[in-house]
Amino acid sequence: MFSLRTGALLLALGSIGAQAPSTPAPYVVLSAEGRRSLPARLISGQEMFALDDLARLFELTVREDSLAGGLTVTARTQSIVLTPGQSLASVGGRLISLPAPPAREGRAWFVPVDFVPRALAPALGTPLELRKPSRLILLGNVRVPRIAGNVESLGALARLTLDVAPQTPHAVVHEGTRLVVKFEADALDAALPASSAPDLIQNIHIRPGDGASVVLELGPRFGSFRTSDLPGDRGSGRIVIDVITQTTAAAPPGTVAPAPPATSPPPLLDLAPAGGIRTIVVDAGHGGAEEGAHGPGGTLEKNVTLSVARRLKGALEARLGVRVILTRDGDATVDLDERAALANNNKADLFVSLHANASVRATAAGAEVFYLSLEEYGDQAQRVARGETEALPVFGGGTRDIEVILWEMAQARYIEESAALAKEVEAALRERVPMSPRAIQQAPFRVLVGANMPAVLVEMGFITNADQERLLVSEPFQSSIVQSLVDSIIRFRDKLPSPRPAGPAVAPARPGGGMRP
Amino acid sequence: MSRRIVVVGAIAAIAVVGAGWLMSSSRRASSAPANPTTAATPAAADARKITATLYFVSEDGMSLVGVQREVPFGETVLDQATQIVAAQLSVAPGPLISAIPAETRLRALYLTERGDAFVDLSEDARTRHTGGALEELFTVYSIVNALTTNLPAVKRVQILIEGKEVDTLAGHVDLRHPLQKNLKWVRTEKGDT
Repeated sequence: MFSLRTGALLLALGSIGAQAPSTPAPYVVLSAEGRRSLPARLISGQEMFALDDLARLFELTVREDSLAGGLTVTARTQSIVLTPGQSLASVGGRLISLPAPPAREGRAWFVPVDFVPRALAPALGTPLELRKPSRLILLGNVRVPRIAGNVESLGALARLTLDVAPQTPHAVVHEGTRLVVKFEADALDAALPASSAPDLIQNIHIRPGDGASVVLELGPRFGSFRTSDLPGDRGSGRIVIDVITQTTAAAPPGTVAPAPPATSPPPLLDLAPAGGIRTIVVDAGHGGAEEGAHGPGGTLEKNVTLSVARRLKGALEARLGVRVILTRDGDATVDLDERAALANNNKADLFVSLHANASVRATAAGAEVFYLSLEEYGDQAQRVARGETEALPVFGGGTRDIEVILWEMAQARYIEESAALAKEVEAALRERVPMSPRAIQQAPFRVLVGANMPAVLVEMGFITNADQERLLVSEPFQSSIVQSLVDSIIRFRDKLPSPRPAGPAVAPARPGGGMRP
Repeated sequence: MSRRIVVVGAIAAIAVVGAGWLMSSSRRASSAPANPTTAATPAAADARKITATLYFVSEDGMSLVGVQREVPFGETVLDQATQIVAAQLSVAPGPLISAIPAETRLRALYLTERGDAFVDLSEDARTRHTGGALEELFTVYSIVNALTTNLPAVKRVQILIEGKEVDTLAGHVDLRHPLQKNLKWVRTEKGDT
């Protein structure tokens, strides 16, 4: 009795609401057939669809049982039974909840918008997704990635970041006065920002024609652009597009010179000489027969290192425009000497070895960064490091000639740079991942000693710690490692003493320069 | 009561004797280097002990901890070195853990006139290793430090596996040369770095 009366009251409220219906923007139903509009109504504070509209769109039959007061919606072979006054529906005998009971307006019935994903989707047996914020209903296997954009003004450049979920293949094309990011998608579910740097990016919008491209209308100061793709969280991707002013890098900050419009075609990538970094060797630790450490859940270190190495290669190539060589791009056994030799033979400018740590203690955790220590190699090694070419007594009584020792000691000449790189790597990792209490260390590591360039070994975490093992195989954590390494290499590059040819033309002012002649 | 005093006194006496031996042995070792091929059997020295510092993995797994342990006395530096490594290979005092795989055996130990010790371990040290750079550092330096800390005559230590020089135990620490004492992975008391 009581519930019947409550139901009547709700129905009454529903009809009151219907007398002054406010009409929110319609939803768009996207399917392989195209896009169709589906009007929505606000009834008693609930967004609702008319059952008749749904019936037309999804080929449903609606039957009203005037005696029992129920509604039966048939979708293909499945029935959905709605009862007035009840926030429930029965889908093929299974109950699902709705945020509100069905509402009646004249002869028409309305159901809450959530009826679509909760009741209709299981009844139809096809993918049917309701995206309220973007007012979309996706029917069937349509590819409509969500895109969230952000624009930062960073002095001489404007950076547009597009977070795309899920990660979607795309291309960035320069078409006259605009940059177009074309996605392999049926439509885009995008929240695009207003540009905060209108002299570089005038505005950002979805191309109306195909609905699957983001267009950047370029501003008058546009000179060039560069783009990079980074893996994001949970299968998403991040596209970073830097739009760079055409003025030289020497433009002092703060003075916005009215630059003439860009006329010359910009380079595809701003491949500045990168402060001397052109080639980076990324070493995926272990591999093949050398499995490395094992996690309690069965994760092998060699697989984690390879996965991160591949991601790092992609990110470095995209963001720095450098050549990146992997010491292995598969499950191969590679000798430790070969790894350094590969870097040396390719005249690499940096060597980054990726590893996962292990401990007999299951609780040990945190990332660590290593560079070579020379002290363990004794006085002779340090003399070699200083470039002294005297005849060298050989360790352990064997015979080794001078060249071999020099090769072995190649890293000695780069200890200071390696220390600086390790410091940047440690600082960047600390921003994103848990660190060991002793985050920077020096050790006599075999893979580093022969590297004829700044070299570091990164222990990303302890694979023997169950929590860290889960982290190490997770995409967000691997992305964090990759982003940290990319950031640290950029910072290291920017601090390199060798001046960039196109660098600031301003001579450094002598600090405290005297006025006296 | 009095018995306890006697026991304490005996331990103190052993410690003094041990310390004296260590000081004299360093002089002996430098003047009369050990023969690497033969090891004297300490038939009469069974009961005597020395106190040596051995190194085990801390409870948090992030460092080595130096622990004072009684080790059988050795007549020669070589013999004493053998005893120290054997003790280092034995089970760690709880709650510490050994960084060396439990199955590892000492196959042989050699000393050179220059103070280089060659510690020849069974392949278990490599095949049964946990892997991981830090753990490998702990394995290597628990042996290197146990010898160099307790025997001043030993300046450097090289680990061999099954009689052969090896690159690494688990892919990280360079074992192609003898290594010097390094206490940076040893945690000192009161969090002193």
